[in-house]
Amino acid sequence: MSDNSDVVSRVLERRHGVSTQLLQILREIQEEVGWISPETARAVAAGLGVPVTHVDSVVQFYSFLYDKPPGGYRILFSDNITDRMLGSMALFEHMLKRLKLIRGEVSPNGAVSVDLTSCTGMCDQGPALLVNNRPVTRVTARRVDEICDLVRSGVPLSDWPAEFFRIEDNIRRADTLLGSRYQTGSATRAAIALGRQGMLDEMKRSNLRGRGGAGFTTSVKWESCRNAPGAERYIVCNADEGEPGTFKDRVLLTSFVERVFEGMAIAGFVVGAARGLLYLRGEYRYLLEPLEAKLQAMRNSRLLGASICGAQGFDFDIEIHLGAGAYICGEESALIESLEGKPGKPRIRPPFPVTVGYHGKPTVVDNVETLADATDVALHGGRLYAGNGTRHSSGTKILSVSGDCARPGIYEYSFGVRIEQVLKDCGAGDVAAVQVSGPSGVCLTPDEFRRHIAFEDVPTAGAFMIFGKDRDLFEVARNFAHFFAHESCGFCTPCRVGTTLMRDALDKIADGRGSRYEVNELMRLAELLRRTSHCGLGQTAGNPVRDTWLKFRPAYERRLIRGDFDPAVDLDAALTRTREIAGRDDAAAHVGAEA
Amino acid sequence: MSATDNTILIDEVPVPFKPGQTILDAALEGGVYIPHLCAHPEFAPHGSCKLCNVIVNGRNASACTMKAAAGQEVEVDTPDLHAYRRTLVQMLFVEGNHFCPGCEKSGNCQLQALAYDSEMMTPHFVEFYPHRPVDASHPDVLIDFNRCIQCELCVRASRDVDGKSVFALAGRGMASHIIINSPSGKLGDTNFSVADKAAHVCPVGAILIKRIGYAVPIGERRYDLEPISEEATRCAVEEVK
Repeated sequence: MSDNSDVVSRVLERRHGVSTQLLQILREIQEEVGWISPETARAVAAGLGVPVTHVDSVVQFYSFLYDKPPGGYRILFSDNITDRMLGSMALFEHMLKRLKLIRGEVSPNGAVSVDLTSCTGMCDQGPALLVNNRPVTRVTARRVDEICDLVRSGVPLSDWPAEFFRIEDNIRRADTLLGSRYQTGSATRAAIALGRQGMLDEMKRSNLRGRGGAGFTTSVKWESCRNAPGAERYIVCNADEGEPGTFKDRVLLTSFVERVFEGMAIAGFVVGAARGLLYLRGEYRYLLEPLEAKLQAMRNSRLLGASICGAQGFDFDIEIHLGAGAYICGEESALIESLEGKPGKPRIRPPFPVTVGYHGKPTVVDNVETLADATDVALHGGRLYAGNGTRHSSGTKILSVSGDCARPGIYEYSFGVRIEQVLKDCGAGDVAAVQVSGPSGVCLTPDEFRRHIAFEDVPTAGAFMIFGKDRDLFEVARNFAHFFAHESCGFCTPCRVGTTLMRDALDKIADGRGSRYEVNELMRLAELLRRTSHCGLGQTAGNPVRDTWLKFRPAYERRLIRGDFDPAVDLDAALTRTREIAGRDDAAAHVGAEA
Repeated sequence: MSATDNTILIDEVPVPFKPGQTILDAALEGGVYIPHLCAHPEFAPHGSCKLCNVIVNGRNASACTMKAAAGQEVEVDTPDLHAYRRTLVQMLFVEGNHFCPGCEKSGNCQLQALAYDSEMMTPHFVEFYPHRPVDASHPDVLIDFNRCIQCELCVRASRDVDGKSVFALAGRGMASHIIINSPSGKLGDTNFSVADKAAHVCPVGAILIKRIGYAVPIGERRYDLEPISEEATRCAVEEVK
């Protein structure tokens, strides 16, 4: 334990012993010592002067923080439906079998554990998994075997073949943002030339709306934040990209990040903020070092720091915070809680972050893509920007296309593009459905493929998952229900209990024991969650089951029993343990053999 | 009848409010009952149990967190909202282990009282039967986690009133649970005292003071004497006077 206390004090010192850095502190300690033991938790709590329960509640909230020793190799298979469609579950079972493991349990020698995790944002190059937070893409049976061999031989991750970790951008269609040549610093200089008010005016003209899905007008957010009382302000870039099926922010952060960072600086310039925070999802941990290097390069060329580009009074710098496996942190107020080192539970809104945000100060929270788009507005002016797209949705939208198509990847379109156009471009043949904007979005069928991607028609945060004619939409809904039950933060009753009840009802139907009764219950729960949940997670958690029941009824009906109801309790199964204790398994030890 | 500057309409009846007051506070003082569990007059609104869900100008909202504002038209007593509340109470019942006939809080329990108020006849859903060991380590107070509904009133009271932070909510989703601030995780190893505010705010039978469980016989307890809807509004009105 003594070497652990060295690590604890070193990390605490680096993070200035500030309790709002708790999540970062725990993550950094864990990277060195593997897990957060009770002793480590106590040492951290003592060092920060907070109750140990404060530390424990953070550790127990985030999936990627461990209060028990995980395997030396922590292998997590991405469990989005697109991974499953590429055969991930068979690969998962194969690996468990080869390593003689039970799901989620550490091998007896402590070397390895294998489990599932929510979508890791590699849907266009899946099936994917994470080994000690590093993504492995394009997993095949052969690659599983290779991984098993490497694990058995104890080869350190740094010596694994680089090919395993190769991540492609897969940009298939580029438009104004992804397709134009960009000179680093040009947008910042353009914004400085426009002046703070001038830049805000261009933003107003552009009618740029938030790309996270809700479509709030960005200039209104910036102006409200600027006008909110208070001396300090913050710009937060939401790079928590957790919506299953979305991966466009990963590409922006990989190959266009100077535009994202400049967008943050421009936002800071307009609202009068000197500090920016980028909240990066834990699944993108591998991007941390390249992003830090980019920040340093931008500081060196005076695009960040004091007097940016020589403009007196334009001081702005950015720090990166990592998440640790919690979808809910994509909700802006939960994200701010997480930035403050707490469990990511959504706040009561109003007040909204533009007036009461990070540390209670006025805060702009914008999506990665929104901030990158702001550089376009700075460069070319709001009027030109507004000329692209539709009347209510200006500019372009980047779609993350995955599922049943020939060319999954990144597609940038002017707003207003029809679903059928996207399907044609990505080489999708016999399509049964498209899930737009992830599980919390909408499931569209062929009769809706002439609809448009736009805030006024089919709004989206970017996910575009395609399901071919032979896909089972019931299993899609069930996968999404498991996702929501796993990711519910637990704060409010309807979402905490309701997502589990919905998951269980779908599992019962999948078992061939569900009837119309379960379907009615699902519809009733979906409505209750929509009406009474605290935040968007719970409010939308019933969408997939509602959509697929309305549009793919046969997928349900062929599983339903004809009777009114089959009890959830299987009396015979309930006696299993009793039979074990009694040491008998004869016919008389069973209840009513099925007729 | 139109609402004036300091009046909201609750189910079409004008109810006055003071600036800064929530819809729930205004309603209770005005003699209109809105079911609630995690809200407590002495603590800042929390908004987690969602029982006080109402419709304000056509949109669902929590009455305990939403500020009253002139011109609001609030719906409370509608068949839909009534059904939602009953379902929420049922959810709270099945996620824990609640056996009213064997619980010494029976008759003083707000969850039980709300089950009556919402005309709940059965738990309806499949019981989760979670495994939640009790903590009897403290000389004067028993914690039965089986009955915890995660309202965080004990968390708030211990932190904000007692200054002890004995309790915290940890975990996520269905794994959320109360943890205790001591090396053993047991209440007996904390400086918790029966005189603490946190010992007296639990709306259910999760935090029980020892040796007084049946001092008042069942049948003569708070909600045995009057339903929670009348008790809550009476208390709120008396508080104002």
